[in-house]
Amino acid sequence: MKPLIPETWITSPQGVLWITADMDLILVNLIDGLVTGLLLFMLSAGLTLIFSMMGVLNFAHASFYMLGAYFAFQISLYLGFWMGLLIAPLVVGVLGAGVERYGLRRVHQYGHVPELIFTFGLALLIEELVQFIWGKNQMPYATPEVLQFTAFSIAGNSIPAYKIFMIFISIAIFIGLLYVLTRTRVGMIIQAALTYPKTVEALGHNVPLIFMGVFGVGTALAGVAGVIAGPVLGTFPGMAFVLGSIVFVTIVIGGLGSLWGALVASLLIGWITTFSKAYNLRMEDLLTWLGFTKPEPIWDSAWRDLWSITSPQIADILPYILMVLILIFRPYGLFGKRDA
Amino acid sequence: MRTKTMLGLTTALTLAVSAFAAGADSIKIAFIDPLSGPFAGTGTNGLHQYQFAAEELVNKKGGVLDGDMFEIVAFDNKISPKESLIQLQVAIDQGIRYIAQGNSSGVANALTEAINKHNRRNPDDRVLFLNYSAVDPALTNDKCNFWHFRFDANADIKMDALTDSIVSNDEIEKVYIIGQDYSFGKAVASAAVKYLGEKAPQIEIVGNELHPIGKVKDFTPYSRKIVASGADAVITGNWGADMVGLGKSVLENGFTGPIYTYYAAADGITAAFGDAGVGSLRLVAEGQLNPPPNDRASEYIQAFKAKYPDGNMSQARITNVIEMLAKAINEAGTADDVVPVAYALAGMEHESLWGGNLMMRESDHQLIQNVHIMEHTSDVVHDHDNSGFGVKVVKTVEMAAADSPTTCKMRRP
Repeated sequence: MKPLIPETWITSPQGVLWITADMDLILVNLIDGLVTGLLLFMLSAGLTLIFSMMGVLNFAHASFYMLGAYFAFQISLYLGFWMGLLIAPLVVGVLGAGVERYGLRRVHQYGHVPELIFTFGLALLIEELVQFIWGKNQMPYATPEVLQFTAFSIAGNSIPAYKIFMIFISIAIFIGLLYVLTRTRVGMIIQAALTYPKTVEALGHNVPLIFMGVFGVGTALAGVAGVIAGPVLGTFPGMAFVLGSIVFVTIVIGGLGSLWGALVASLLIGWITTFSKAYNLRMEDLLTWLGFTKPEPIWDSAWRDLWSITSPQIADILPYILMVLILIFRPYGLFGKRDA
Repeated sequence: MRTKTMLGLTTALTLAVSAFAAGADSIKIAFIDPLSGPFAGTGTNGLHQYQFAAEELVNKKGGVLDGDMFEIVAFDNKISPKESLIQLQVAIDQGIRYIAQGNSSGVANALTEAINKHNRRNPDDRVLFLNYSAVDPALTNDKCNFWHFRFDANADIKMDALTDSIVSNDEIEKVYIIGQDYSFGKAVASAAVKYLGEKAPQIEIVGNELHPIGKVKDFTPYSRKIVASGADAVITGNWGADMVGLGKSVLENGFTGPIYTYYAAADGITAAFGDAGVGSLRLVAEGQLNPPPNDRASEYIQAFKAKYPDGNMSQARITNVIEMLAKAINEAGTADDVVPVAYALAGMEHESLWGGNLMMRESDHQLIQNVHIMEHTSDVVHDHDNSGFGVKVVKTVEMAAADSPTTCKMRRP
């Protein structure tokens, strides 16, 4: 009988079995994946709310994330990191609300396509603007000194205190959002406006104001993500581009409009990419285990590329594969309530 | 009607062109590199260095031939080989004869092939390829051609110097190699494996991997692998945002050994590392900034900083490109026909602004020059990114790899 996990699957470059030797490393990777996932969540939470409410795919969402990082960097030069964390998301949120009020709302009457084009143009505009003001180089935006120490180490792998701080901030934001959306009056009106905007309006609520608020809060969340990700992932004009598409993948997998879906999908993507990068799983081993024989000589074979794939190489496209599978088998996403 | 318009247009064009040709005082050099996207910082800074070098080293001295001035024309290739070929065509259509490109060997491979083809098919408007940074060894070996000149030391030459430095450090027993997944990253990895195997078989290579270029959001999983492998040193050819991302992540996650790099300086990288990089970051490169090689170099850097306060003298070789091209054009007596210019450039010897001699090897058009090992430190006269940190030469290989073999078989016109 075949072993459940083929022994050669999880091997280090020297061929030592990692699964037995490095249970600690799995824990470390779980933490790293959690950080990546939670960061993604902060971006996708805002986007998924905005999408479900207005039906607008906000292409500029990641640009607000970038703005958050740059604003916070600029503020941190004068007032320190913590004021940056406080002020920058507010500024980004106000900017976002302004974009909704004076941009999107006007374009809205012409339909969804102009809205799409508007946000797409906005993304390009913001990138150019950032380059115009701050230049094209990476900014020396650093983590605050009080957090520049190792929180703890697991088998020689140090976990920086800043990562723990990121985890706490993200979880606090998730709980806060969940509370507001499900337990408060404002949250109920928002949820009602999601599904029955006309009825809510007829009941005397100012739906355009709600839309503006949600857009503002959504972009502010992206701003927070930018502020805390800037020092570790780098503050440079390409940062929005690098994260842009994966955010859409997250909300599609999670289900449009679902906060829980955004959380689960973000964590799933965080862990999938982290683990597939951290371990060199080889396609060769998988195929052999499935009973295929390796064509010899391999460099002449038409299947050469398939046989030589390793998991770190395809780590970043795995979320896209997952999205395709979700779209085929569960088009409304993991937690979505209606058809997309 | 239509024919008339066409005729009119053609006449107007011909007139315009001949009017231009009569008063031709500018020799245009197309600068095809990323000016937007993740690597825009590197590209823009390179452009400034070209513009400054052309102005300072040629135009202010009366230009070349009888007063012809150098003009740098910028084209944004978004680091894409496909886009680069389009921009190359635009440049050629504008009558530009000199193409400068450096960022990404993937782009350089596409360009050198396209230029070779173009020159074969259009003997009347041939162009020269001045490669100032793309260091994939293939460009001056299997894929070499008469039109391509490389002014940077190639990945093999640099790796030769770099592995010398690793071997002389007794504390290094395990090495981890990591790079971007494209031709250059692969060239660095295979050169490292080759040279370490030859020079110090006792050194164990505990990891050798590639990651997608310009797409990695978070390098933490890679750093974990590096730390877990027990490596004493890391070798990487990463550049731009990928260099900062990898380096910072590796240091943050507990790695303390030396990180040997090709491009971990300037363009925001030096500032981003700051104090964290001291004692770890090493760099193999040409062009000595610290300690200053001579007064002329110091003055040049100060003048550059006066014009571009936020800029960096990060690619010293650019001055070599401009000076040697000017010299070649003067020797050839023409800038329009690139064949004699190319012949003048091949085999040319020149004294670099940064000290030391330069020799453009005739057999493969690879510039032979001094290669340095530098370290990231605050003990510098000329810093990068106005950060107080910079790179200082700690070891020099004179005329590195001057007699290295090449597989280049060039067809000369």
